Amino acid sequence: MDYEIVIGLEAHAHLATKTKLFCGCSTRFGAPPNSQTCPVCTGQPGVLPVMNRTAFDYALKTALALGCSITRDTVIDRKNYYYPDLPKNYQISQLYANLGVDGALDLQFGDHTRRVRIHNVHIEEDAGKLIHPDDTVLPAPQPGDDPVAGRTMVDLNRTGIPLVEIVTQPDMRSVDEARVYMETLAAILRYLGVSECKMQEGDLRFEPSISLRPHGAQAYGDRVEIKNVNSMKAVVRALEYEVRRQTAALEHSETIARETRLWDEAAGRTAPMRSKELAHDYRYFPEPDLVPIHVDDAWIERLRASLPELPAARRQRFVDAYGLPPYDAGVLVDDRALADYFEACVAAGADPKAASNWIMVSALHELNERALTIDQLRDKVSPERLAQLIALVTDGTIAQNTGKDVFAEMVATGSSAAEIIEAKGLRQISDTDELGAIVLGVLRDNPQAAEDLRAGKKKAQGFLMGQVMRATKGKANPKLVAHLIAAKLPEA
Amino acid sequence: MELHELTGRELRERIVAGEASAEEATRACLERIAALDERLRAFVSTQPDAALERARAVDAALARGEEPGALCGVPIALKDNLCTRGTPTTCSSRMLEHYVPPYDAAVVERILAAGAVPIGKTNLDEFAMGSSTENSAFATTRNPWDTDRVPGGSSGGSAVAVAAGETPVALGSDTGGSIRQPASFCGVVGLKPTYGRVSRYGLVAFASSLDQIGPLARDVTDAALLLGVVAGHDPRDSTSAPEPVPDYLGQLEAGIEGRRIGLPREFFIDGLDPEVEAAVRRTCDLLADQGAELVDVSLPHSRIDVQDGQLSAYAVAAYYIIATAEASSNLARYDGVHYGHRTDDDVDLIDLYARSREEGFGAEVKRRIILGTYALSSGYYDAYYLKASKVRSLIRRDFDEAFARVDAIACPTAPTPAFRIGEKTDDPLQMYMADVFTISCNLAGIPGLSVPCGVSAAGLPIGLQLLGRPFDELGILQVARACERAAQLPRRLPETR
Repeated sequence: MDYEIVIGLEAHAHLATKTKLFCGCSTRFGAPPNSQTCPVCTGQPGVLPVMNRTAFDYALKTALALGCSITRDTVIDRKNYYYPDLPKNYQISQLYANLGVDGALDLQFGDHTRRVRIHNVHIEEDAGKLIHPDDTVLPAPQPGDDPVAGRTMVDLNRTGIPLVEIVTQPDMRSVDEARVYMETLAAILRYLGVSECKMQEGDLRFEPSISLRPHGAQAYGDRVEIKNVNSMKAVVRALEYEVRRQTAALEHSETIARETRLWDEAAGRTAPMRSKELAHDYRYFPEPDLVPIHVDDAWIERLRASLPELPAARRQRFVDAYGLPPYDAGVLVDDRALADYFEACVAAGADPKAASNWIMVSALHELNERALTIDQLRDKVSPERLAQLIALVTDGTIAQNTGKDVFAEMVATGSSAAEIIEAKGLRQISDTDELGAIVLGVLRDNPQAAEDLRAGKKKAQGFLMGQVMRATKGKANPKLVAHLIAAKLPEA
Repeated sequence: MELHELTGRELRERIVAGEASAEEATRACLERIAALDERLRAFVSTQPDAALERARAVDAALARGEEPGALCGVPIALKDNLCTRGTPTTCSSRMLEHYVPPYDAAVVERILAAGAVPIGKTNLDEFAMGSSTENSAFATTRNPWDTDRVPGGSSGGSAVAVAAGETPVALGSDTGGSIRQPASFCGVVGLKPTYGRVSRYGLVAFASSLDQIGPLARDVTDAALLLGVVAGHDPRDSTSAPEPVPDYLGQLEAGIEGRRIGLPREFFIDGLDPEVEAAVRRTCDLLADQGAELVDVSLPHSRIDVQDGQLSAYAVAAYYIIATAEASSNLARYDGVHYGHRTDDDVDLIDLYARSREEGFGAEVKRRIILGTYALSSGYYDAYYLKASKVRSLIRRDFDEAFARVDAIACPTAPTPAFRIGEKTDDPLQMYMADVFTISCNLAGIPGLSVPCGVSAAGLPIGLQLLGRPFDELGILQVARACERAAQLPRRLPETR
């Protein structure tokens, strides 16, 4: 039997604020253990949380970008459970009145659109890290779990870091849809500037849920939640594994256990988590140390006005307005700063297709070679200067290849194209008389090649071109040379 | 008069005038403590060297001509659930017996900035859970007026330190009556501010939506002085109110001509001790003599039922659901992992948690944690916690309606004078009823104080409770000052046997 795949995704993203959600500690990644803590985030007796306004705004922006309704009086709750990485033994989170509800994300595929409904967006604090003797880091805790025998060390740097949690309805119908959802969500979060989504730093975590059911069935099958998937690739592999496992089980008329399974990257399979207890009772109740937050119309409008054009819309606009191929549009739009740079170059007068090529080839090359950010590159080569360079190539002042060298020089020195061309004497020779004389000279100096060319041997053209280039130290305008070779041939 | 017999305000005047030094004042209190506290057990710990050093620093600053703070040179005792940096803060619990906070509570910062001299940390019912200070893991504090009797709780130590002349003033905390009831039992003034008036940052939390820190003193003037120092907005406490702080001290002597004072009929119950009732009514009549109008009011949801000598009340039931629910969560952090007591006996993580808490917590604390966990648990949340929250709103609404007709409410602070040590420890529910008059005030978030209004035939103090509108501490202080002037109780310290 062919089963329908039903997938939902829960995402947690670190909000890119300088300080934690409830205290002033730094959120910088990679600091020595327990060096970014204070009485508040270590849960000392007597401390109180104070909400980070920027983090809250970032979460609201996320909810708006995902089409959610904003809850006017949002409540912060306590989620109570015991684990050594959670100093207060409760997590400050939301349940009863999430800040954003009922949103949706439309994913475009070649042959269909998939609407993924967003159940809720809410804000919560992260827990710390447990480091076990064999250096593994266990996933989110389950009651009854014991750390590995031997000493487990607790690092509380991460406690209190702000998270936005985004929960979908089980609307995805293939593993590929899940993959596209994850990429789309990450792109949106980066565009909003609310999260850097560096999965390798734990900035973005996904927990997929998957069940199967016969096509046409109304009821959902038994749902399996998967944890310990540390990259988008791992999510895809884990889901594919689950599809195979659950399909096989159903074919053998076995029931699928509703459970949480851990992905084992090395072994390439999931295994049930060792949980001795039933579903944990988190005893949620409103956090009495924080007051409900009233989000009024003015606040929402201010945030909505500050939303950038999101990736999908921008890609389409690049195709429609600039005539770029979808692939090029995709590459540029993938990084907001890169797309901004591109648009600024066009605004400065560059031809869109040319600007797109220069950025995708030369600029990206320099970024990688010199490990620069786009902003750093932009400091060296402003959009106006890039536009100038492009114009100088287009109008023949310098050759295309020279242009690449000039660009590299511009990045290295911060000089303008004009300055470099003058200083290094890189002007392409485009004067017809001057070049004509040189071409004639080359033709006369290479009578055999000239003869071959007259006879129609194309290779001679290349050879003669090369000779002209040598004579002009590469500065001859190739198009003009080609034209002149043909023109001067009768005279030679 | 001896230095330790002076009020805080009198002491400050002398020190500022150069007639006494802060060091002398501190020494006087330390000597008093040395003479009395082995018997009274008001203090969990004292810091004599640090206190003298600070007193000398205050003297030096004065000598340099620096502006003296509002509490310049005044010795003060701090309830041991207020975090003091570098000084153990135990909450009278084995769980935190050796815990030393890395920071000062907001109120501690403020009293230090005002020039006060902290002398020691006072005893309390463990984690502020109790009405007699018998739940301390270390010792039972004794009422200085009769040392076989309790001082009340949970701020028993602070009340006794002030009543016995060990310090002129103290800070306590009040969640269901823990400042007012011991003040009543010990014959001192105790005030619980409006919820949000004083920052809770650094107060070890019991019930977050009910806790407040407040002053204990031998007269209303000192209470006003100390309140003025600690009150005010603190950005570290999200529940701290931005209301400006009035000049309590400056406006204290305003008369009460035309003030309407409500007497809630539900509080004058059959089980009320006749001496308590007589003292309260007599004092109210004295207020009427000063121009106040006495008005009969009703607080229907604060009513108390008496059956076979046992009391029961909606307010007490709602309180013990809400407070214990919040406490069960607030005390979850005491798990033997990060700080505090850790068992030596664990075999796995659950064991570590369970044994550390079993060993670290006393019986009453455990009782309340279990009760609170139950009230929040799946399937019971609606029936208990949510329901109790609704009762709370009704209690609050009763006060709002009453305050449309009166400016302050007067009633007994406690149903009886101080009871004997051990008298109520077998029946926790009856112990809870000791707070029956004070609890509604916390649930409603309004301010309340207790002022001495009489003495029983057996020589035990009786307190009158005054409740006010939100942020009208000034109003109830003014009425309390009028009570003081009218009652003219003799100014004396107990002779301690």
